Amino acid sequence: MITINNISKKYRGVEVLNVPNIDIPTGQSFGLVGNNGAGKTTLFNILLDLIRPTTGKITNNNIVVNASEEWKTFTGSFIDESFLITYLTPEEYFDFIGDLRGMNKADVKSFLSQFEEFFNGEVIGKKKFLRDLSKGNQKKAGIVAALIGNPEVIILDEPFANLDPTTQIRLKQIIKNLAEKQGITVLVSSHDLMHVTDVCERIVVLEKGHVIKDIQTSQATLKELEAHFGATINPE
Amino acid sequence: MIFKFLSLEWKSFVRSASFGKSLAVKIIMGFFALYFILSFLAIGIGGYYLIKKELPGSDPLQVVNSFLLFAILGDLIFRYLMQKLPVMNIKPLLTLPLKKSTLVHYVLGKSAFSGFNILGLFFYIPFSIVLIKEGYDVLGVLGWLFAMILIIQSANFLNFLINKNNVALVGIVVLLVSLIGLQKFQIFDVVGLGGQMFDAIYANPIYSLAIIIILATLYYLNFKQLRNLVYLDEAVATKVKEANSVDLSWADKFGDVAPFIKNDIRLIWRNKRTKTVFLMSFLFLFYGLIFFTNDIYSTKMPAMLMFAALFVTGGFTLNYGQFIPAWDSAHYKMLMTQSFRYRKFLESKWVLMVSMTAILYFLSIPYLYFGLDVFLMITAGAIFNIGFNSLFLLFAGSFNRKRIDLNKSGFGNTQGTSATQFIIIIPLMLFPMLVFWVFNKFVGHNSGFIAVATIGVLGLIFKNYFMNVIENKYIKDKHEMVAAFGKEE
Repeated sequence: MITINNISKKYRGVEVLNVPNIDIPTGQSFGLVGNNGAGKTTLFNILLDLIRPTTGKITNNNIVVNASEEWKTFTGSFIDESFLITYLTPEEYFDFIGDLRGMNKADVKSFLSQFEEFFNGEVIGKKKFLRDLSKGNQKKAGIVAALIGNPEVIILDEPFANLDPTTQIRLKQIIKNLAEKQGITVLVSSHDLMHVTDVCERIVVLEKGHVIKDIQTSQATLKELEAHFGATINPE
Repeated sequence: MIFKFLSLEWKSFVRSASFGKSLAVKIIMGFFALYFILSFLAIGIGGYYLIKKELPGSDPLQVVNSFLLFAILGDLIFRYLMQKLPVMNIKPLLTLPLKKSTLVHYVLGKSAFSGFNILGLFFYIPFSIVLIKEGYDVLGVLGWLFAMILIIQSANFLNFLINKNNVALVGIVVLLVSLIGLQKFQIFDVVGLGGQMFDAIYANPIYSLAIIIILATLYYLNFKQLRNLVYLDEAVATKVKEANSVDLSWADKFGDVAPFIKNDIRLIWRNKRTKTVFLMSFLFLFYGLIFFTNDIYSTKMPAMLMFAALFVTGGFTLNYGQFIPAWDSAHYKMLMTQSFRYRKFLESKWVLMVSMTAILYFLSIPYLYFGLDVFLMITAGAIFNIGFNSLFLLFAGSFNRKRIDLNKSGFGNTQGTSATQFIIIIPLMLFPMLVFWVFNKFVGHNSGFIAVATIGVLGLIFKNYFMNVIENKYIKDKHEMVAAFGKEE
């Protein structure tokens, strides 16, 4: 589904990302881990054509992302709070995204009904603007908005951060369900090793812009990752 | 301790976002501040002589005194609407080992130096100096000035006590209106009584000490009230307004661009700065009155009339349009991951500007009172605003690289202003004025606005072509804009 080919990004001569080749098949749940500054968000931003790569290209469902905009129709994403329109209520925000993705008000409403448990009564019908919601509830709204319109690819940057424990567990179920039952390709980045190993079939470790590990998740994966991040202070 | 607080204040001033503004903006802001200070200074210095000249035989101090009561009440109303106690900035200090009473003294003490209290001094101090120079009793004048400072400070603290209490506001307004009424219908000599009160302070400066007691009492009441409220869920709480969703389904008529139109309506109505822009555009309707009522312009500077005519209907287009697409800068990234034709986004802004210009044009019909010529000129201005300015502002918008944070305050907020805003004035205003001037001077009066209107009509006819150019420019600059709008100031 997604092919990353020789992607690199330099800022004023300093290379922050260099990924020779990653192939993500359809329906895979793909996890990206790494410390701060490893290049996770940069990679996602390039994937969404928000940043231009210095070299290389990414194809999403055979569409080169910086050549055509067709990928937008089947790709949902939530990178950070700047994806929210803060002066709207959550309902208006969902309607807006629904409008852009060809769903009417009723479609959006019925779509949202399956997330009642996830919202935990704190997002819908609260008569609050998104800017007045807590960080956790903003995140819930942003994640669900990324799922609107039956996307085939979903990209979530740090979806577990700021969520309460119950919501984290519910989110894990949602992501698993998307990949396993609906065949949606899900890309997730996280600092929480446990969550990614729980959710993702495959985990790629980035460090200073380079791919250090590319693991098919198994029983031993969490131990392996913990050993990796616990031991290495500087691999070079 | 006090020095630590002072150093905090200094840092918050020097490091504030407004301090890092570009030079041009700084100069303009500085100019406005200077203007106000100079105006007050001028009244302070010249006031004495002006009163002497206009009301011969009167005592300028007594004249000022007799109206002070009204000035003080007016000041209170103004403060009630504009001034708030800056409590929020002690939030990070709450958990530090500082006594709460120290924090409250800090907040209250700081408010004593707010701009609301300083501005008046630019009148009172020079006025007092002039009085002394003109041979008034030095001790008396100093006592009077001291009393004025105390009254200003009392008003400051009284305002915090009654703030957000609408009954108090109504009380002050009723008091002010009834005092004016009593005076006007000569039921009771308010002016005389007020004058006597302040004259007495001049005669016996010792009376000013009485106001110290008032000030101390007000300060103590403030202290007592605030001391009990220094909690995150009380005084230091951010107020959350309840969100009212108004049904905007009528906007669905706009078809493809409807989602963006609805979004823009909410953007304008729910953010202070955009709301100010929106409401100001109705004030601009009256801008023409300055020019059309004065014969100097029609006889000597007809191009200035064109200028006014453009502003009458163009207030919204000019003020809102110049910051497209920076209004959406906070969520620009998200928009760029959604699948819609960029054209739709631009088209929605265009529809908005054109509709507002049309509404303002409709409201400008009363200008017919000043003659058909004036109204035709406004019509030409409206056509130019619709045909040329809306498109041109969209194009100019693609050069906007400054983020606007809508959550920040409205009035006097210059975020997002850059050289672009100053350069675009040339084609927006000077170009039509020049066209008008040339045709008016060398061809004849009617040809002036016909030429301006023609340019507008041409813009409308070739709208599709220009829109394509504009759209491509936005698409080409997408990554630069995403990067620039992502930078918080």
